[in-house]
Amino acid sequence: MFAQLSKSTAVDFECGTHGLLLVRPSREFHMLQLITFSTLNGVLYGMLLFMMASGLTLIFSMMGVLNFAHASFYMIGAYFGFEISRRIGFWPGFVVAPLLVGALGALIERYGLRQVHRFGHVAELLFTFGLAFVIEELVNMFWGKLPVDYRVPPSLDFVAFRLFDTTYPAYRIFMLLTAVAMFAFLLIVLKRTRVGLIIQAALTHPNMVAMLGHDVPTVFMAVFGVGAALAGLAGVIAGPALVTQPSMAALLGPILFVVIVVGGLGSLGGAFAASLLIGLVQTFAVAINVSLADVIGPFAASAFGELGRAPLAQIAPVLPYLMLVLVLVFKPTGLFGNRET
Amino acid sequence: MTPAISLKDVRKNFGVTAIIRGLTLDIRPGERHAIIGPNGAGKSTMFHLISGRIKISSGSIELKGEDITRLEPYEINRRGLSRSFQVTNIFPKLSVYENIRCGVLWSLGYRYSFWRFVDRLNDANERAAEIVELIGLSRRRDVPAGVLAYAEQRALEIGITIAGGADVIMLDEPTAGMSHAETDAAVALIRKISEGRTLIMVEHDMSVVFGLADRISVLVYGQIIASDTPQAIRANAAVREAYLGEEAHA
Amino acid sequence: MTESLRISLAFLALAVLFVVAPHVISSGVALTMMSLMGVMIIFALSYNMLLGQTGLLSFGHAVYYGLAGFCAAHAMNLIASNKLPIPLPVIPLVGAAAGLVFGIIFGAISTRRAGTVFSMISLGLGELVAAFALVLHTFFGGEEGIPTNRVKLAPFLGYKFGPQIQVYYLIAFWCFVCVVLMYALTRTPFGRMCNAVRDNPERAEFVGYSTQRIRFQTFVLSSMFSGVAGALAAINFELMNSQSIGAGTSGQVLLMTFVGGVGHFAGPIIGAVLITFLQISLSDITKAWMLYFGLLFILVVMFSPGGIAGWLALHQPLLRGGRIVRLIPAYALAAIPLAAALLGGILLIELAHHMLVEARSGGSSFMMFRITMDGASVWPWLCAGVLFFGGALGLRAVWPSIGNAWALATADSAEKVTP
Repeated sequence: MFAQLSKSTAVDFECGTHGLLLVRPSREFHMLQLITFSTLNGVLYGMLLFMMASGLTLIFSMMGVLNFAHASFYMIGAYFGFEISRRIGFWPGFVVAPLLVGALGALIERYGLRQVHRFGHVAELLFTFGLAFVIEELVNMFWGKLPVDYRVPPSLDFVAFRLFDTTYPAYRIFMLLTAVAMFAFLLIVLKRTRVGLIIQAALTHPNMVAMLGHDVPTVFMAVFGVGAALAGLAGVIAGPALVTQPSMAALLGPILFVVIVVGGLGSLGGAFAASLLIGLVQTFAVAINVSLADVIGPFAASAFGELGRAPLAQIAPVLPYLMLVLVLVFKPTGLFGNRET
Repeated sequence: MTPAISLKDVRKNFGVTAIIRGLTLDIRPGERHAIIGPNGAGKSTMFHLISGRIKISSGSIELKGEDITRLEPYEINRRGLSRSFQVTNIFPKLSVYENIRCGVLWSLGYRYSFWRFVDRLNDANERAAEIVELIGLSRRRDVPAGVLAYAEQRALEIGITIAGGADVIMLDEPTAGMSHAETDAAVALIRKISEGRTLIMVEHDMSVVFGLADRISVLVYGQIIASDTPQAIRANAAVREAYLGEEAHA
Repeated sequence: MTESLRISLAFLALAVLFVVAPHVISSGVALTMMSLMGVMIIFALSYNMLLGQTGLLSFGHAVYYGLAGFCAAHAMNLIASNKLPIPLPVIPLVGAAAGLVFGIIFGAISTRRAGTVFSMISLGLGELVAAFALVLHTFFGGEEGIPTNRVKLAPFLGYKFGPQIQVYYLIAFWCFVCVVLMYALTRTPFGRMCNAVRDNPERAEFVGYSTQRIRFQTFVLSSMFSGVAGALAAINFELMNSQSIGAGTSGQVLLMTFVGGVGHFAGPIIGAVLITFLQISLSDITKAWMLYFGLLFILVVMFSPGGIAGWLALHQPLLRGGRIVRLIPAYALAAIPLAAALLGGILLIELAHHMLVEARSGGSSFMMFRITMDGASVWPWLCAGVLFFGGALGLRAVWPSIGNAWALATADSAEKVTP
């Protein structure tokens, strides 16, 4: 998989434990090169996060349910995409897999979540928690614990451009374009259609929307399904670039929650900002990869012990959670939100 | 003498909408004071502002001479102000008795104690039993509050409010949704519990208001348009026009 | 019989049970299982102080259990290498202290908000600590963890706690102490206000209590007891690794507590015992045991969110006057399709699991309930399908009669209760 992606020796690409797109600087280290590629990758990662965070925010805002299984829909999308692309082709998978995931999501809402609704939000949260667990086990069962070989389709497998001796794959550009297109579509639907108006209203005043006579159960089912489909789409396109394995949901899930809490529960704009922020921070942290000792000197850093010596790349997974805790301490409604529950 | 509650030019805006537009009012200690007014006038909002549930936009509120404008609800409660709610706000999974006892604990100084057994606290248990008797729920004392009938829940609501022995009591529509007989019982209860204390009451039932109140204030569109004795209010033309109407009420 | 007499008798019975159990069931496996159950009972009860008592859903509670366990392991190693005169039975107090300290530090951050925000903070903190575990090698021991040796400490009354039976009694002692203490906590003013905050945080403020202070205090005390559990785990396994602070352990205690029942004090005890039992025995029988756990959890959430204790408690009013026997015919009737559906479902899962996972290496036949089945043939699938769907439909058909039996049984009791 990575043979296709790293065509030069100037920069090595690597897939970290969180499926991050890491840029490791090698001997010919150009600051500008680093910044360019890290920004590109960071934005890409952020857009991927937003594809999922947007669905999660919509579901939470309208239904009050924090869907623990959202990253699981992302994973299912990747696996469905893999199966379809293996048998038929990538492009049919690109279209069909998200629809399948969306349908699955709608069914789960109708026959599962809806039954639990009367027991309150905690029960709903626990239901999705159990669901995430069961989905991971089923994926383990059907596809095994090892990563599957979900490849970039040949039609997209070329070099997009060269910059500072380094190539950037076209598939990444495709991912970026898909994410941007989805975002634009979401924006248009929300701002220009009647459905979008209802959703916007429900983002801040769900009870009122129900009282205005809209068929709330069907709307819920639709929102849950669409949210799942968006996550599935993210999985379909991310699968070939990142590792498609049963633990992908568990790795990405918590970060997703960091995104929507930091951005502000119920705020789509906040989710967008937080996705980009976290995407960029994590990518840059890994790319820069210095340790505290490198920066402030070995003596000062020895006070922090191992923490001072650890390279930034190792601490990178921690950064989003650190941000989460800091934001929740100083501004519990998140950067842009005004709802706490 | 120091007013029990003193509001000085209190204003509250929700975004650009002004809900309370400059309230100035003094509640005398020991009086029974009713707040009446049309729906949407801001009566419940006024209660929320005084009890600390929401923050005021400008102005000040004093409780027995002390500024409580920026205090948290529990801090205000500890200084002797207690309120009930329009929508019943009880502890549904706890029994009637436990509900009342929870209302009693702080006032008897037990604070966050985790080294004493609540069943051995004689003063708390006696007071709780007294109040359960007072509100007429002794036979239902072990029933979980969530399954009580509506009028019983309203009685419990009042019971929790007075449990702590606060000397300023605020009741938000205590007889809402009650039948005639239930209302009479509620009025008798309110009269009994407010002896020697200051009572502020929001009410829509005019018979209750005119039967209980020493003074009445009329709130319309976030401002007080009249504050006087019941007879004077009844005769007040502006009040008639805004709220009471031309019909004579009993 | 007064309430306090009933409680005292219950505790006496528990103590007797703890003392006698290893003599009744004396196999090595059982002893290991009972030791683990003891640890998990403390852990689950401490978790329920947050969830069931105060309404705080935490996704990262393993942090306090695990960190305290690591502290205990390090303490034990320190004591052993310096030959300090501190005996093993005191080590759980080290765990308690560690739990207390971390509870204060992280609790100050976590408990500023309740509800969803609290759950998210707990998730974030859990991930944060787990992520640090991979970086700080001296404290966490990296991949291998921190080993320790309980017999290296000074003997206590002649015991070195080498054999499992001695460890069991140590765990049983601390388990009993913790159960009594945690129950006592629920009977204090603080404990009552925790319930009040759970039911209606707004009203609790209006009777003079700071809900943040209540949440913080319960968080600290809960972490303290989790710390005791963690230290006992360190003693029991003589190894602490990063798994014990991870999301898996946090999920496990949530599962135990919830399945057992959050609304009753004994619920987590039931859950801890049951899940530990299933975990140890199922993992030998079937490879799909994790899937079963997940499904069990979902079923409990959907059909009995009060857990096992909640379901049992539903029947308590019917014990008076023996009205409960009225339910027996309906329950017996329902048991048949239920058993069929369960059997069918299990068969389907096992067939699927075997064909998907093991068949690649082991061929398509396997044993279940001592019957050899060939996963490649259509017959087992057909049988399983019929059992499952038939059972499900039958259950649906029989369900109203359970409702009727309940209505009849409770109608009687309503007559007797009205004064």
